[in-house]
Formats: sequence, structure tokens, C-alpha cells
Amino acid sequence: MPEGKKAKLTDERPPELDLDVEGFSRNAPAWSPCPLSRLPAEVIGRAQDVGIKVEGEERAGTYFQVDHSVVFRGVQKALEGKAEMISTREALQKYGWVKDYWWKIIDVDQDKYTALAELKWDQGYFIRVFEGQKVDLPLQACLFISRDNLNQNVHNLIIAEPESEVQIITGCTIHPDVRRGLHVGVTEFFVKKGAKVTFTMLHNWAQDFDARPRSAALLEEDATFVSNYVCLKPVKSLQMYPAAYCRGNNSKVRFNAILYGVGNSRLDIGSKVVLEAPGARGEVITRALASDSAQIYARGLLVGEREDARAHLECRGLLLSDDAFIHAIPELIAKAKGAELSHEAAVGKIAEDQIRYLMARGFSEEEAQSLIVRGFMDVSILGLPPALESEIRKMIDITTKRAL
Amino acid sequence: MLKIKSLTVETAGKKVLNDIDLEIPEGEVHVLFGPNGSGKTSLIMSILGFPNYRVVSGEIWFKGTNITDMPTDKRVKLGIGVAFQNPPAVRGVKLGVILSQLASDEVDKRRLAESVNLPPEFLERDLNLGFSGGELKRSEILQVLAQRPDFAIFDEPDSGVDVENLEVVGRTIEDFLDGRTGLLVTHMGHILRYVDVDEAHVLLNGTIVCSGRPTQILGQIMREGYRWCERCPKARKPS
Repeated sequence: MPEGKKAKLTDERPPELDLDVEGFSRNAPAWSPCPLSRLPAEVIGRAQDVGIKVEGEERAGTYFQVDHSVVFRGVQKALEGKAEMISTREALQKYGWVKDYWWKIIDVDQDKYTALAELKWDQGYFIRVFEGQKVDLPLQACLFISRDNLNQNVHNLIIAEPESEVQIITGCTIHPDVRRGLHVGVTEFFVKKGAKVTFTMLHNWAQDFDARPRSAALLEEDATFVSNYVCLKPVKSLQMYPAAYCRGNNSKVRFNAILYGVGNSRLDIGSKVVLEAPGARGEVITRALASDSAQIYARGLLVGEREDARAHLECRGLLLSDDAFIHAIPELIAKAKGAELSHEAAVGKIAEDQIRYLMARGFSEEEAQSLIVRGFMDVSILGLPPALESEIRKMIDITTKRAL
Repeated sequence: MLKIKSLTVETAGKKVLNDIDLEIPEGEVHVLFGPNGSGKTSLIMSILGFPNYRVVSGEIWFKGTNITDMPTDKRVKLGIGVAFQNPPAVRGVKLGVILSQLASDEVDKRRLAESVNLPPEFLERDLNLGFSGGELKRSEILQVLAQRPDFAIFDEPDSGVDVENLEVVGRTIEDFLDGRTGLLVTHMGHILRYVDVDEAHVLLNGTIVCSGRPTQILGQIMREGYRWCERCPKARKPS
């Protein structure tokens, strides 16, 4: 833990989402390392639902953690010496310099979940892409919880060395028998000069499950960081506010989120972009769909600290039920002349005239709704390679089809 | 094909159509003239059965079936197609996706788009989002072409269309309506330079006040305006 920092298990922001962290179990028998294909069918099935591939060919590397145990990690042979994928515990033992990246852009005392990740830390993945390496296939990581009411606290570290390029897909999910639990995931990204990281995270929890991801990214000169978040399944409460610090000139960050609130889910999701250098660019795009009695808070904060820094925030929310609720909270802070920050937010129900119009083309009311919803959950905002985009589109199609 | 009998319609508590009688036999194309606000679009919405257009009295028959209480999509499936005057933008729904769903068999969407002078990029664009006035008209016509209804209604296909595209739009409609049944709605009548029609009707204050030969009626309107129709001693009054 950095000097002068103190991890506390008492603090909570925002207060209405407070959780009693002591109420979750910390007791999880160890899982032995094994190839993914030897994992129980329920584990594989759920992992596949969040984009994890069991066969190796479609992914350049894999990290798979069940509860508190690392069951698999490594990259394809061809990638050895180009990229590395191990657990963060191993990485801290293997390289003395890793501690220079540990808790560097997220405060360990930010709240009680960061404290939990420090005081009761259960592994996490370390990804390093070597200088100048462009990894063609995505790397994948799965953080899996197999026991009811378990607390899992991971701390991940991603370092993209100068001029490197990588796609990462992370799926966080649970065994079908798990009802309750708490997942805390701290992730620190370092995107070095000219590097590009596209990070896509899919969550699939349960109606009584809580999740508190905590992540931040530091971008050097000409670096690009794209963070995609997709949550289509119920969750009791999910709160996160990832941050990106564009420290290098002309660095670019994009946060995209596709959220679907179902049941009694409460999603409180924001993104913070801090433009600390001239020429820095930021974009935050959120699509939030709320049905049943789901509550979605879509936050966003753009901070322009330097001249010629530009960022835009766009939030669109669609309500499918009278009991659902979407609150868009965009914030802009300009601290320098010439910083251009803008936002647009639109929240509402499906417009009746659009339904009627599509019905006048022969679609039934349900078909018209489904066309509009499918179009609303626009996967192309994620900027993914075609194969990954079509995988995620399929997941969204299945979910929204069920919903309508 | 279409038979409207003594139709009176209200929207938002206001009477917008009053005792309309209109018959369009199979294979004929009619034109409906009328100034802005006379009820032309209300008549189309009523033929489509949009729920905010409430039928107070009268009936609408299509292909021998009373469709007065039929939901919109069912009427469309029976063979009614409409090119709207002011269609809403539908974000996220691509024009190309709609065309694929409308066409019963595999059509060459690109060629169809080119036939109405819309570049193929439009197929990837969100339906009507950011389209100019002329692009909207052509996109609407394009959708009707893909849909291939037995009875097609074109609502003001000539308004807001520039001269070059008026010819494209006009000839496309003329080709399409060849051997079909249709209703053209226009208040300026420009489209009639390209499309042959069998009969004209004039709608004023929600009532069809006269019907007759298209050239004669259009000529009269061009010379004297719709104010003449209001004064016309032969104008039909609602019963």
C-alpha cells in the first residue's frame, strides 16, 4: 500500500448504495489449475455467455479465475515474448517494477471497496503487451464466482507498452446457483506512448448480486484507450465510475456503455474523462435501456484542463416500463480557455409515432418495438472488430428478444 | 379496391374529416387536391387506422373487407402502402434493414435506391435521421417500391423536391403505378406532369367538395386557387 494511504472498510460513496461487506463470505475452497475445457459445464456455459472462448484459436491469451483461485493463465505460443498474461500476484513477485504501477491511479482509500481489494485481495490478471507488438486476436479474462454469497476482490493491471496494440475482453460472471455475492474489481490501465487498448467488459450477475468495479486509465502521448462496458442481466446493485486521465498530448479516450436494466436492478454507472494535455480527446457514449422496475443512473464527467482539449458526452436512455427510471447526470468542467466540452442527453419512452410509422410498413407493434430497441442498443458504438462486434450483437439480440 | 363510405373522423377531439365518400376502383390512380390543413394527411392516417384518428361514423372497405376497426399492420398486410409526407426519424434502425424486411423476395436494394437517386450509403443510415426534405421523399418512395403494395398512397411526393429529383420521383411513381391502384396527394400538382391519373378530388375543410377530370380541376386550381373551390356553387356540402 502506498505510504500515507490508509484503506478503510467504513467509508461509502454514494451512501444509498452502502453494502455491509462483512455480510459476504470469504471462504472459498481452492480450485486447481486446469485447461478451460476441463471446467464444469455450468462454468463454461456461463463464461461463454460473457464472451469467453473455450477453444484457444479465437483468443490470443486467457486468464481464468474462479473465486479466489487462478485456474488458467497464459498466451498462445506464438505470442510469447510479445505479450504476457499472468496473475497480478505472480507479476508482483516476478518483476520489481510492477509495484510502481500498483495503486498508482486509483486511491486505495477511495472507498471501502478499494480498501477491500487491498486488505482482502484475491489475485486478478496482469496483462503486458510488449513495445511495438500488435496482438491481432483478443486476449480474454474471466472472473468467475462459483459459490453463493462469496466476496471476490481482484486487482488487475494492464500495461500497453509504447506503440503496442491490443484488444481485451473481460467477462465477469457467476455460477447459475449463485444468488448473492459481491465482486470488487480494481483495474489500472497504463497506455503508453502511441499504444492502443480496446477493453470490452461484459457483466452477467444475478438479481441479488452486487458489483463494485473500480478502474482508471493513464494515457501517454498519442495513446488511445477504448473502454466498452456491456451489462444485460439483472444485478442488485452495480456502481462504478471509471476514470481516464489523458496526460499525454493528443491522447484519446472513449468510454462506451450498453446497459440493460431488468427486474429490480440498480445500475449507477459513470465515466470520468480528465483532459490534462493539449490535443487530448474524450468521448463518452451511453445507451441505457430500463424495463420492469430497474433504476439506471448514467453519469458522466468531462474535465478540460488544457487548451485545445475536446470531449463530448452522449447519453440516451429508453424506458420500457412505467416503473423503470433513468437519471442522466452529465457534468462538464472547463478549466482552460479553448477547452471544448459538450454533452447531449435524451431519456424517454419509445416514441408512439415511430411505432405507428413502422406499423404502417406492416410490422406488428411488437416487431416495431423490437426493431427500435435493437437499433437503440447499437453495438457499432463500441468500435470493435467485426467478429467481436457480431458476438456481442448476438448476446444483445437474445436478451432484448426475451425482454420484449 | 378502396371504398370509403360517409367517413367522419376526429383527432384530439377535433373533427378533421367530415362525411367523406371516396371510391378508387382497381387499376385506377386518383389524385387528391387540397390546401394545407384541409385534411389530406388525416385521410391517409384514417385509411391506415392510426389510433389517434378516431372514426366517429362511416366505414372504410378495402378489397371487399371492412377494415374500419382493423389494426394498422393488418391493413398494410392486406396490401396498403404509404409514402409519408413527414415521417419520423427512427434512430438506430437502418433504412437497408427495413428494405430487406419489406421485400418479400431478395431485391437488389442498391439498385432500388439508385432508381430513386439515393446513393447506396443511405442504406446504412438511420431511417430518416438527418435526411433532407427531398431525401425523405425518395426514401419513402423507395420503401413503397420494396413493399410493392397493391394500393399505394403517395402523400405530397412533390413538396420540397428540387427540379431534377421531381422528374426522378415522378417517373418512378408513374412506373410503379402502371397497372396498380393508387392515390396521389398533392396541393401543388407538380407531380402530375409525370404521372397519369384517372380522377381528381378536392378536399376542403375535411370534406370532398368535388371530383372530376384531373386536368380540368388542376387547371381551375392553378388559375383561381383553392379559394375558388370555396365559392364554387357546385361544391358538395357534407350531409
